[in-house]
Amino acid sequence: MTASLDPTLVARPSLAFTPRTAFTAALLVILALFPLYSLVTGNTFVLTLFTRVLILAIGAVSLNLIMGYGGMVSFGHAAYLGIGGYAVGILAKEGIGSGFVQWPVAVAASALYALVVGALSLRTRGVYFIMITLAFAQMIYYVAIGLDRYGGDDGLTIYKRSDFAGLIDLNNKTLFYYLCFAILLASIYLISRLVNSRFGLAIRGTRSNERRMRAIGFPTVRYKLAAFVIAGALCGLAGALLANHTNFISPALMHWTRSGDLIVMVVLGGLGSLFGPVIGAVTFLLLQEGLSRFTEYPDLILGPILLLVAIYVHGGIGGLLEGRRGG
Amino acid sequence: MLYFIEQCLNGVQLGMLLFLLAAGLTLVFGIMDLVNLAHGSLYMLGAYFAATFAVLTGSFVIALIGALLASLIAGMVLEVIAIRPLYRRDHLDHVLGTFGLILFFNELVRLVWGPEGRTLSLPPEMLTAVQILPGVYYPIYRLVIILATLAVAAGLYVVVMRTRLGMLIRAGASNREMVGALGINIKLLYTLVFGLGAALAAFAGVMQAPILTVQIGMGENILILAFVVIIIGGIGSIRGAFVAALIVGLIDTVGRAFLPDLLRHVLSTNAAQTLGPSLSSMSIYMLMAAILVFRPEGLFPAASR
Amino acid sequence: MCTAASAVCLKGGVVASALLQTERLTRRFGGVVAADRIALDIAPNEVHAVIGPNGAGKTTLIGLLSGEIAPQEGSIRFDGADITRLPVYRRSQLGLARSFQITSLFRDFTALDNVALAVQAHCGHSFRFWRDARYEDELRKPAFAALERVGLKERAAVRVDKLSHGEHRQLEIAMALATGPRLLLLDEPMAGMGPEESARMVRMLRELKGNVTILLIEHDMEAVFALADRLTVLVYGRIIASGEPEAIRADAAVRQAYLGEKESAGEGKRHG
Repeated sequence: MTASLDPTLVARPSLAFTPRTAFTAALLVILALFPLYSLVTGNTFVLTLFTRVLILAIGAVSLNLIMGYGGMVSFGHAAYLGIGGYAVGILAKEGIGSGFVQWPVAVAASALYALVVGALSLRTRGVYFIMITLAFAQMIYYVAIGLDRYGGDDGLTIYKRSDFAGLIDLNNKTLFYYLCFAILLASIYLISRLVNSRFGLAIRGTRSNERRMRAIGFPTVRYKLAAFVIAGALCGLAGALLANHTNFISPALMHWTRSGDLIVMVVLGGLGSLFGPVIGAVTFLLLQEGLSRFTEYPDLILGPILLLVAIYVHGGIGGLLEGRRGG
Repeated sequence: MLYFIEQCLNGVQLGMLLFLLAAGLTLVFGIMDLVNLAHGSLYMLGAYFAATFAVLTGSFVIALIGALLASLIAGMVLEVIAIRPLYRRDHLDHVLGTFGLILFFNELVRLVWGPEGRTLSLPPEMLTAVQILPGVYYPIYRLVIILATLAVAAGLYVVVMRTRLGMLIRAGASNREMVGALGINIKLLYTLVFGLGAALAAFAGVMQAPILTVQIGMGENILILAFVVIIIGGIGSIRGAFVAALIVGLIDTVGRAFLPDLLRHVLSTNAAQTLGPSLSSMSIYMLMAAILVFRPEGLFPAASR
Repeated sequence: MCTAASAVCLKGGVVASALLQTERLTRRFGGVVAADRIALDIAPNEVHAVIGPNGAGKTTLIGLLSGEIAPQEGSIRFDGADITRLPVYRRSQLGLARSFQITSLFRDFTALDNVALAVQAHCGHSFRFWRDARYEDELRKPAFAALERVGLKERAAVRVDKLSHGEHRQLEIAMALATGPRLLLLDEPMAGMGPEESARMVRMLRELKGNVTILLIEHDMEAVFALADRLTVLVYGRIIASGEPEAIRADAAVRQAYLGEKESAGEGKRHG
């Protein structure tokens, strides 16, 4: 019995001109042209700020893979920013300044930690998973504080940025900005391919109904673990970038509130959307900047905003743009 | 040897504090299915309230009672205003919302009490050491903590297992809709339970204040330890939380005290010095990891869901 | 090649011994014995119905067979192999498919997506990260065929949360079929269906008869007697009778425990 597959059945998503895509496109254009603005006005502060936005956006993109598409709320993702950063910092201090060594180590170390933490944490579900990821992140935070040789609580200064043997000079702020931007776009592209592949469908199905997935024959845990490792590795890369950006790495970067920040970015932008994490990162960091200029006690306003988002908003800012209201 | 006993007692004391926190968290999560990250903030507020009341009245006991009342009220108000709207949302929104509350409370405390932290002083007699065993001296106040928290734990047991309120709490934990259908005012029940949780957290905060700390952000560090306790102890189990809290308290305290020395025997001095502090702080997480490998549902899981 | 691709054209086995066999299968919950030394025997290609009053332990039985619940005693053999300790997904991969009584679907996906996932599960591993799986014929074609089998062809592109209850139940069957099963565990497939939909489901299941072995848990007596080759009656976790439909209908103990009650109530059909 053969069936004729009506081509219209397989709905190809069309790139419609909606408020959401318009907004995203505009945002990307602005981000792309930012360094020009900085060059023209001579204002390097905003360039530094937005470089940080881009790097954290990469972190948010990685978290969105497991949270938005995989349904795993990890409250320990900042650990990978730290691991990636410390890989660069420790190697730099021990005399290995080549980016060709530092960055792969950063990614590999993060992937390894994600593998261990994931294998243990995925033995639980729901709230307990959240608590465990939080606990493991706290653990590595304390480990970093205990590393006296590498600055301990005070942190470690990185005197020289990763050396890429003349390929690119990371000390050039504009070049560095575009490198981060390129990596961000590349990450989003990779994720876009990932989420529609068999692997992506497997973890999205697991998010939708894990019991059903197992009933039809999927060994769900191994796919969740793989996603966890990929997310950790990508965030480790972001950590390496961050260490270069600030020429400094400290345990504070792995404090659990930083993991909270990443979660906020993903939720604000809209879970499970490709560009949501970028929107979320931009919004959150601008909000933080703006509020700290406006008042000496910015969290008095930021806290309640997050609470209100948690209570009322569906689908983050992306959802708001689509006109989604209430649940 | 004496030092070892002293450290063990300190471990028990820490364990009891952790139990109070874990019990409050388990109650709220078991009954309202709510992840409350701001539980640590209630712990912090309790300590700050007590510090202020102590300055105003000069009495530790009055400060304790005042702080408990203030925290109970604050907890109930918080439940009505901020927590109630969260029940219908999913766990991620709970995490996000209560994370926002943590930021808010830390900043609020900074605004009201300033960034430096406070002290809560005790009458000097409380800090003198008594002989509890031949040759073993231990400060009275630390004993008071252990005994007081044991009393509270016993009281909690009585309330949950032997009173009508406790029966409603246990019924609500297994079947929310039924309890509502029976005509019980669920909203009021939830508010009371949340208030109870807040009071437990505040009590822990006040009791530890004279010997440990009253400062911004104090709630979060111990909150994570409380999570570890819940994971080791078992899902939804207060008995498990009690046992796990003692284990965690003992391992963390004794580990920090003895591990660096032990390591020095095994590794070179340099290595021991580098790794010592890190490893000792890691000890409870190692235990948690072991539990996850061999018994992921915890030591005494409440029910097979 | 995916096993799922052959789901549509299943050949009956010629093996004489039982396809599924349980021995002294027991499961207690606290003081309640939900499954009491159950000894089931399902022959290849038969439709074997399990009936019994509410609370008889039918849900527990499905849980034990599918692997979601672990027995405290006893064993389960599937095509000769001991599957008692195997996890849910392994049993599915061996050819044991199950539909859910309370429909358990992927609500934010379309009907076709749902079935395609079932196909994917039996199409090798899913560690493929690049190619867009939504357009893979290897997955889509068998999925579409399964939908056509259950009569949901026109609704393939509709999101599950927009489908009707009856269509959900049809989708449940389609998903089970798409995994290329040798044994179908159907948990009250007719629950909540009106007479027309039930009749359609019975017709469809009859078409499957002979190609796939079916273990059918149902309350709907008309459907049971229309489809079943053999019946097993479960009361309070124990099998009180097992055999051909006419023999069961005449069995005094069964009438007493189950059919008797309903006949006196004047009903021939119950909705679970």
